[in-house]
Amino acid sequence: MRFVDEFRQPGLISKTADEIRRLAGTERHYRMMEVCGGHTHAIYRFGLKDILPENIELIHGPGCPVCVLPMGRIDDGLAIARQPGVIFAAFGDMMRVPGTQGSPLEHKARGMDVRIVYSPSDALKLARLNPDKHVMFFAIGFETTAPSTALTMIRAQAEGIRNFSVFCNHVTIIPAIRAILDSPDMRLDAFIGPGHVSTVIGCRPYEWIAHNEHKPIVVSGFEPLDMLQSIVMLLRQLKAGEAKVENQYKRVVPWEGNRAALRAMAEVFQLRPYFEWRGLGFISQSALRINDKYAEFDAEQRFVVPGIRVTDPKAAQCGEVLKGVLKPHQCKLFGRECTPEHPVGALMVSTEGSCAAYHSYEHRKAAMVTLTA
Amino acid sequence: MAAPATFSDVPVRFRDSQIEMAHGAGGKASRKLVEGLFAPLLFGTFPGPLSDAAHVEINGTTIAITTDSFVVKPLSFPGGSIGELAVNGTINDLAVSGAKAEALVVSFVLEAGLPTSVLEAEVRAMAKAAREAGVRIAAGDTKVVEHGKADQMYVTTTGIGRPLPGVTINPGSVRVGDRILLSGPVGDHGVTILLARGELDLEADLRSDTRSVFPLVETLVKAAGPGIRWMRDPTRGGAATSLNELARDCGLGMVLFEDQVPVRDIVRGACELLGLDPLHIANEGQFLAVVSPEYADAAINAINLAPGGSEAQVIGEVREQPAGTVLVTTLYGGSRIVDMLVGDPLPRIC
Repeated sequence: MRFVDEFRQPGLISKTADEIRRLAGTERHYRMMEVCGGHTHAIYRFGLKDILPENIELIHGPGCPVCVLPMGRIDDGLAIARQPGVIFAAFGDMMRVPGTQGSPLEHKARGMDVRIVYSPSDALKLARLNPDKHVMFFAIGFETTAPSTALTMIRAQAEGIRNFSVFCNHVTIIPAIRAILDSPDMRLDAFIGPGHVSTVIGCRPYEWIAHNEHKPIVVSGFEPLDMLQSIVMLLRQLKAGEAKVENQYKRVVPWEGNRAALRAMAEVFQLRPYFEWRGLGFISQSALRINDKYAEFDAEQRFVVPGIRVTDPKAAQCGEVLKGVLKPHQCKLFGRECTPEHPVGALMVSTEGSCAAYHSYEHRKAAMVTLTA
Repeated sequence: MAAPATFSDVPVRFRDSQIEMAHGAGGKASRKLVEGLFAPLLFGTFPGPLSDAAHVEINGTTIAITTDSFVVKPLSFPGGSIGELAVNGTINDLAVSGAKAEALVVSFVLEAGLPTSVLEAEVRAMAKAAREAGVRIAAGDTKVVEHGKADQMYVTTTGIGRPLPGVTINPGSVRVGDRILLSGPVGDHGVTILLARGELDLEADLRSDTRSVFPLVETLVKAAGPGIRWMRDPTRGGAATSLNELARDCGLGMVLFEDQVPVRDIVRGACELLGLDPLHIANEGQFLAVVSPEYADAAINAINLAPGGSEAQVIGEVREQPAGTVLVTTLYGGSRIVDMLVGDPLPRIC
């Protein structure tokens, strides 16, 4: 299969892995954070940990949009959808995310009109097909998905569609990285930069990480060879004492980003003064809201939103795992109270969450090692 | 004869407060429902590993019996339709229990307002599939529910079959070193249905794999009967879920070689795009078999030469570790655990 198999070639992978071992040596430990949940998923799916030397530790970052969404926002979205004549539309990722009264899928089982869409424009299509209903799109995601939400609202306004709104939970990646770096218990050597987000924002926004924080960052693709090559590039920088932004994912990510997508976002969104992140708390200027020009499509303005705040269970140590202080299985709830079927904490919810990825792909392998050791 | 036992005092371990779609998706939640509620209340004690069909003795004669309900949407899709699926699905459940289907009983639940032409097409499809498989449709029943209380039509088929001589299916007989065989590419059916629903705006030239697997099972039994330990048709939940059930039932590890698992490029592509694992996608015309190593070559050669069996492969082997788990190893030395499907496969965004 083109654009996939080239990046999974066993020969090249083992060559690159050899190069990593040579560069990493044995004298010191390297802590690298992959910011993006897609990378976390790929690391487990392709079993990359089996290939990497032990002194390279990958820390899973905050880049899983489902994981960082506070439970109260889900409750708020479902509260809107409980009003008569409302269709709740969301990505498949959202469907199993629990609110205090259950997930969207559980609400669907109880009779709520919940639809899975693959893009916001599919939600707009639902609105056209159901003129007597109101379609509310529950928008999540970083800069990866925000442009398509923006373009959908621009189109809805141009078409004069009245029965469509967006419950906006879009967040931005840079403030989250800043929060991670500001955390006192964080000791990171380098970053594997997000791939999909960077197709939109480009590489320039990461320059402060290199210049001010003196940490190398390499924007990476998602195939095994992409990620291994990015680790090689990071090791080369670290060995040379450099800190630069580099782009490994050039076949997809332009240095300057996607101007059309950025324009669409600027047209529709403005920064919220602050927004709550699950596991990280309130981060200023870290999320997007719909601006006044598009207020007619803002579900938070069209409907009465309860503004529910739910604190995570005290025993769940999502924040520590999110910041890489704890490994998923070191959390007290991991695999017992908190499983992919019944997630307690955010990171167990999405397949991109580090706990869920660790649970489905890794933890029994770890148990096996202890067993045989 | 003793009065039928009642099990009203048997504790129910199923704790979910309501039935969700996931309980019917064939994965973990389905298994919890069956093991935690149906089995204790209907069988009393847990009867041990559950298989696709029961073998029941009546007056010294063993018959195989199974039942399956079909609720597919859309009713027809590239490569098949609900009527044909209802016949072949039940034939397949009997086949992988080591039995040849002899007769079927059919129940219809029809929604008022269903066009007769649709019903007729499906009944014709059933008749054709039954004729091709040499299976008699012996009896049936029809219920009609109000418009809006069902989705067009549901079909339930119950099949009885004759066990093939010389083959015993038992997860307990699986041993370290046994080979895992797969009859052909995985994921065709599930991806075809996903695309046929038209919700994803994706198109591909792909057909469901729905067919009777009995001819291939019969070939396998003739070539390697005494070596066959276990068979299963990996429908909902996919090959990963079937193999996880086996791993749990026999307490051994199922190790798959990723590059040996046949998957069409179209299916791989769709799965890459949607963030799904082909091993979790439903199949309707494939089966998995565990065969002892000395019979593995004979088994795969015979299936490869039979019509419709050319893409069959040995996809892995049984090992002591990781116990109770399915592990997929990649060409470049990585590995990952593939769990049972949790709920329905949902497309991911990014």
